[in-house]
Amino acid sequence: MKAWKYIGLRLLTWALVIWIGVTFVFFIPRAFPSDPVETMISRMASMSGSMEATQVEALRRQLRVQFGLEGSLWEQYTTYLRDGLFGFNFGPSLMNYPTPVGEIIGRFLPYTLFLSVTAVIIAWTLGNIIGLLAGFRKNKRSSKILEGIAITIYPIPYFIVALVLQIVFGFILGWFPMTANILTTADRGAFIASLLRNSILPAISLLLVGTGWWIISMKSLASSVAEEDFVQYARYRGLSERRIGASYVLRNSILSQVTALALSLGGVFNGSLITEIIFNYPGVGKLVQQAILSSDYNMILGTITISIIAISTATLIADLIYPFIDPRIRYS
Amino acid sequence: MKVFWKNANLRLKFGLIMMGLFIVLGFIVPLFPHVNPIIYNTFAKNLKPTAVNWLGTTALGQDIFWLLVESLRNSIMIGLIVAVIGTTVGVFVGLLSGFLGGFADRALMVLTDTFVVIPSLPILILMTSLMKGQASIIVLALTLGLFAWAWPARQVRAMALSLKERDFIQTAWFSGEGAIQTVFTEILPFVWTWALSNFMNAVLVAIASESSLAVLGLSPANLPTLGNMIQWSRERNAILLRQWNWIGPPVVLTIILFISLFLLITGYNEYQTMKRGR
Repeated sequence: MKAWKYIGLRLLTWALVIWIGVTFVFFIPRAFPSDPVETMISRMASMSGSMEATQVEALRRQLRVQFGLEGSLWEQYTTYLRDGLFGFNFGPSLMNYPTPVGEIIGRFLPYTLFLSVTAVIIAWTLGNIIGLLAGFRKNKRSSKILEGIAITIYPIPYFIVALVLQIVFGFILGWFPMTANILTTADRGAFIASLLRNSILPAISLLLVGTGWWIISMKSLASSVAEEDFVQYARYRGLSERRIGASYVLRNSILSQVTALALSLGGVFNGSLITEIIFNYPGVGKLVQQAILSSDYNMILGTITISIIAISTATLIADLIYPFIDPRIRYS
Repeated sequence: MKVFWKNANLRLKFGLIMMGLFIVLGFIVPLFPHVNPIIYNTFAKNLKPTAVNWLGTTALGQDIFWLLVESLRNSIMIGLIVAVIGTTVGVFVGLLSGFLGGFADRALMVLTDTFVVIPSLPILILMTSLMKGQASIIVLALTLGLFAWAWPARQVRAMALSLKERDFIQTAWFSGEGAIQTVFTEILPFVWTWALSNFMNAVLVAIASESSLAVLGLSPANLPTLGNMIQWSRERNAILLRQWNWIGPPVVLTIILFISLFLLITGYNEYQTMKRGR
C-alpha cells in the first residue's frame, strides 16, 4: 500500500510542476509591454507597402484570435491550457505563417533527437566505463590521465568548447564543415552522407562535455563502493579484479547513473540549443533561435511547453523506476 | 591564516591564487587611467598588438586589453550578484521550510521543485528576448537569480531536517532560545561551509548562463562581458578574418577562469572533508 501512496504523491507533484511551469510560461510574455500582433502587423505593412485602415483592423482581429490573445486573461489562459497542454496545439507560427507550430516542431525534432540522443548515450557509456576504472583503480596512471582531462574540460562553459572545436577542426584544419549544411532535398544516400558529415563536429562537442560529467559522477560512486566491506571480502575470496569491477562495483554504482540517464534524455531539448546555434544545425534549438529573432511567440511557447513536459516526465520516470532497479530503496 | 595555508591542498591554493589574480585584473587594474573601451573608433581599426594597444584593437577601433578588463569585471559582478541572491534566498527558504514543516513546508517544496525542474535556459531566453537586450546588469542578474535559489533551498532543507532531530538543537529549544536565535547560533554554522561552496558554484553557473545568453544575442547589448565580447567578435567574422588577438583573449581568459573556479571549489570541499576527518 505504501508503494501506491508514493506513486500517487509523485504523480500529483508531476502534474503540479507541469502546471506551475506552463502557467509561468503563459504569464511571462503577457507581463511585458511588447505586443506580438502589432509587431506582425507593422512587419506586414512594411512588406506590402500600404494597407487600408479597415484591412488592418480585420487583420488585427483575426491575428488576435490565432495568437490566443482574444478575450479576458482567464479565457486566454484556459484556452492555452486546453489546446496547448492537452492538445499540443499552439496555433499558427508567425515566421512561417500559417503553418501550425506543432507541424514545424515535428519537422525539426528528428534532427535534434538524432544528434542529442546518440551523443547522450555514447557519452553515458564511455563516461561510466572510464569513471568506473578511475574510481576502482585509483592509482593507475591511465585512469588518472583520463580523469584529469575530464576535470579540465568539465567546468568550461559548453559554448566555449564548441567554439574552440569549430575554430580548430572546422576552420584551421578544415576537417569538418564549420556550419552544417544538410542536403534535405537530395536523394536518400546523399542526404544520409551529408547528415553524418555535418553531425560529427557537433556530436564531438557534446561528447566532450557530457562524458566529463559522467566520468566525475561515476568515479565518486565507484570509489565509495570500492571501499565497502563486500568488495574487500570478494578480494579475500580471490576473485579477479576484473570480476570484482564488473559484477561488484559496477552493479552497485550504476543504479543512480541509470536514473540520471533518464534525466539527461529529458533534457536533450534544452541541451541541444547552443550546439545547434553555433553549428547552425537544423534542430529544435535552431528553431527556438529563429523564433526569438522573429518574435514568434506561439513557437516559443510551444517549444518551451514541450520541453517542460519532457523534463518533468523524465524526472517522474526516473523516480518511479529507481525503487524497481534498486532493491535497497523502498518507496518512502 | 598560516595554519590554513599549511593545511590547504594544492587545488585550493592554486584556485585561490588564480582568483586573486582575476580580482586584481578585474577590479584593481581598471583604477588606472585608461580609455573607455566601449566607444568606437578610439584607435585605428584592426591593429595588431603594439606598445600602446597591448592586445591590438577591434574592427570597431576599441582597445582589446581594456575591453577585456571591463568584460572580466562585469562577468565576475554578474556571477557574484547572482550567487548572493541564490545562496541567501536558498538558505532562507530551505531553513524556513525545514523548520516550519507541515503545510508551509509542502507548499514551499512544490514551488522549489518547480524551479528545479523547469528548464531554465528556455525561460531565460523567453524573458531576455522580451527585454530585447535592453536590460541593465542588475536586471540581468535578478533574472538569472530567479533560477539560482531552488537547488540550494532543497539542499538546505534536507540539512535542516536532519539537524532538527539532533540533541543540541533540542537542548537549545528547551533552554528557551527563540527560533531566530537558534537558527543563527546553532544552525548557520553548519550550513555556512556548505553555503560557501554553493556560492562559488553559483558564480560559475551564472557566468556560464550569461555567456550562453550572449551567444543567442540576448545579453544586454552595450554591456561588455566575456560572453558578449566573444559574441561581438563572432558577429564581425573575427574567425574568418583570423583576428585571433580579438577572439582569443576572452576565450582563453574564460577557460582559465572556469578551471580556476572549479579547482577552488573542489579544493575547498576536499579541505573541509579533511578538516572534519581530523
